[in-house]
Amino acid sequence: MTACIAVEGLEVVFDRFRALKGVSLEVREGESYGLVGESGSGKSTLLRAITGLAPVSSGTITVNGKRLGKTRDKALYREVQMVFQDPYGSLHPRQTVDRLLQEPLAIHGMADGEKRIERALDEVGLGKGFRFRYAHQLSGGQRQRVAIARALILEPSVLLLDEPTSALDASVQAEVLNLLEEVRRRRKLTFLMVSHDLAIITHMCERLMVMQNGEAVETLTASQLIGHRVSADYTRNLLRASEGFVRV
Amino acid sequence: MTAFDAGPFSRRAWLLSDRPASRLQARLGRAYVAWRRFSANRLALVGMLIIIALLVVAAFADVLAPYSPTIGDLKNARLLAPGAAHWFGTDDLGRDIYSRIVYGSRWTLYVVILVAIIAAPIGLLVGTIAGYAGGWTDTILMRITDIFLAFPKLVLALAFVAALGPGIENAVLAIAITSWPPYARIARAETLTVRNSDYIKAVQLMGASPFRIVLRHIMPLCISSLIIRVTLDMAGIILTAAGLGFLGLGAQPPLPEWGAMIASGRRFILDQWWVAAAPGAAILIVSLGFNLLGDGLRDALDPRSGDQ
Repeated sequence: MTACIAVEGLEVVFDRFRALKGVSLEVREGESYGLVGESGSGKSTLLRAITGLAPVSSGTITVNGKRLGKTRDKALYREVQMVFQDPYGSLHPRQTVDRLLQEPLAIHGMADGEKRIERALDEVGLGKGFRFRYAHQLSGGQRQRVAIARALILEPSVLLLDEPTSALDASVQAEVLNLLEEVRRRRKLTFLMVSHDLAIITHMCERLMVMQNGEAVETLTASQLIGHRVSADYTRNLLRASEGFVRV
Repeated sequence: MTAFDAGPFSRRAWLLSDRPASRLQARLGRAYVAWRRFSANRLALVGMLIIIALLVVAAFADVLAPYSPTIGDLKNARLLAPGAAHWFGTDDLGRDIYSRIVYGSRWTLYVVILVAIIAAPIGLLVGTIAGYAGGWTDTILMRITDIFLAFPKLVLALAFVAALGPGIENAVLAIAITSWPPYARIARAETLTVRNSDYIKAVQLMGASPFRIVLRHIMPLCISSLIIRVTLDMAGIILTAAGLGFLGLGAQPPLPEWGAMIASGRRFILDQWWVAAAPGAAILIVSLGFNLLGDGLRDALDPRSGDQ
């Protein structure tokens, strides 16, 4: 297995605030990798740095063997796509689903848009009836499905998921997670997934990294986490916190 | 649901459908919702009727005006009071004031439309680019805007007309140059509120160029507040044009421009009040119409209430 995403000593600084302090990580091809940690631990920033939404001040990022430079080029976005946390904010309020899905195709000059849009909607379990709706005519789960369709329409090999279900209610969460599992299996995608929910991470990911204050605490496999075979105190606290939550 | 011709009820259902089957249906449905919100406001409808009446009068001026707007009957018809032959009376050159007002509507529309076409796109472009680019671009563009904003509108317009020479085209240009800065401010403010939203980020992640993002994703969000503002400004534009005409720097005689007509009626305002009163009333009514329309559009198009 080769490394699909390799991050080496990544630093992100926002106006003197060090959001990431030299984080390194390696995601293998076809793997589902989780990032766990409390709010502000820098896990979302890591995803944003890979896509170019957060400023990288030092360190290297390599995607599919290509080292990323200062600016991200169009070709990268055909390999790496992202699904945002809040489905209420990630769809343009004045565009129909059709228009949203057409935009990436137009930008990359991809042919037979009609077919691709229909296929993308089918793939995420939304029929033709949703194609000409506006975002405000969709529920949260449907919006997230549209966001997933938009990310998949460029046929990327890597999907970055920034807490894709935390804004949804429990039953819809399960549906969206199952959908993500299904597309990953079908398309052999690599996932890099951020969540603060340990249950979701252990369900979805094979390996994970625990983060705190912009630093990596430890790297675990899902079975190690389930079996509580962890070495860092911070991870133990996280586990305890998540259990306490379950009992209530 | 797709039976468009099966009576008014199903047409309404078709427009309000939750599952539009085509691009056209989705767009029409959205327009219909905006129209329903707009038409719920009676005063806005009155405003729209006034503006439609203005358009009709301007289009059919040849038919509606009984006399020539520029050639009067100096011998028999000077300064006649309103009556059956001359509805609004005649002016000092024996010209029928009603005919002049009817033809004058063309010049009013000409000024208003040209100013809107010139000023609104400049403001929109400057504002969205400044807001989206940020940094130095923003600073430079907004300081230029501030400089234009700092000048009193009519005085700057006067200076331009003085430099370029009097005439209605130069008045239009002068008004356009002085009226874009507020639009740039509005467009920039709107851009700042959406530029960091996830849906713009998502388009960035598609690999869209900044130009494409501004043009296709940010501008459509700014346009509705801009339309509202431009409509509300129309009254001001008409008044500025009339003011320039009144000062003798806008339309030149014998053009039947309303402001210039008031200026020429000023000399007889005590004895022959109708010479100035009729164009004054016309300006008042049209300004009021634009203001009412603008208020109605604000209710119908407000992006904050329109999203959900």
